[in-house]
Amino acid sequence: MKAIVTVMLKNGVLDPQGKAIGHALATLGFAGVGEVRVGKRIELELAETDPAAARTAAESMARSLLANLVIESFSVEIV
Amino acid sequence: MRAAIVVFPGINRERDMAIALELSTGHKPRMVWHKETSLDGVDLVVLPGGFSYGDYLRCGAMAAHSPVMAAIKAHAERGGYVLGVCNGFQIITEAGLLPGALLRNASLRFLSMDCMLRVERADTAFTGHYAQGEVFRAPMAHGDGNYTASPEDLDRLEGEGLVAFRYAEADGALTSAANRNGSARNIAGIFSPNLRVLGLMPHPEDLVDPLMGGTDGKKLFDGLAAALAA
Repeated sequence: MKAIVTVMLKNGVLDPQGKAIGHALATLGFAGVGEVRVGKRIELELAETDPAAARTAAESMARSLLANLVIESFSVEIV
Repeated sequence: MRAAIVVFPGINRERDMAIALELSTGHKPRMVWHKETSLDGVDLVVLPGGFSYGDYLRCGAMAAHSPVMAAIKAHAERGGYVLGVCNGFQIITEAGLLPGALLRNASLRFLSMDCMLRVERADTAFTGHYAQGEVFRAPMAHGDGNYTASPEDLDRLEGEGLVAFRYAEADGALTSAANRNGSARNIAGIFSPNLRVLGLMPHPEDLVDPLMGGTDGKKLFDGLAAALAA
């Protein structure tokens, strides 16, 4: 079973990488791009076979290590 | 004063720190590998700068969970002194010993240059040889030094006098130009509530000898040596 943890900077936390990418896209001529936010996708191969338990485990991993909750939020998808 | 410097894989400023500590205390600090689990008999634990674990995941995130951290936390809980510089500051915020976090510099540039720091209070073991409001020069070298915390934490840090240093102009003025990495409220370093844990991004240990181009940072180590002389 696989858990996909997506970690993003919290709303309101300045994302200079996203800003720079937005500027670069505009320079390349891509019009109509609003705010750009950059995050991380972490794929975890889990031995757990119960989806609910896998989600609980992945959330616990995100809280203790994968995300820094001072500046980041996370979401978990089980596939 | 018995000092220990924690050595994580990937850090590179531990020898600068050892030179600064030995100059001020007359004793070689103990170098502690990150897999050690005891800090018995140590007055001051220093987490130096560098790139622990290659800055994987987030700066300091891996080191914050290494075996020695339990001993560092116990040392801090006992009222022991802890100094975290640059990556060391990132590690102790990741470990929860100090509030907030260090984001990517607002400019996205790695900043390798001197900055000016204003001393916010001089009645601590770390700052006792400076005067309140004194401005001194310190080298900085970081890509992720943009200090941030929740508005409540920032208000609490300021309200309780836990801001140690701010990025300032040479005359002490707090400007955005002096705040090169974009830190909240120009904050360069903060104390724990008992004033015994200090984290800061710039490197006072790199200006402790005229051969280094100045001695602005030496007062921090002289002050520590005097305060912890017993």
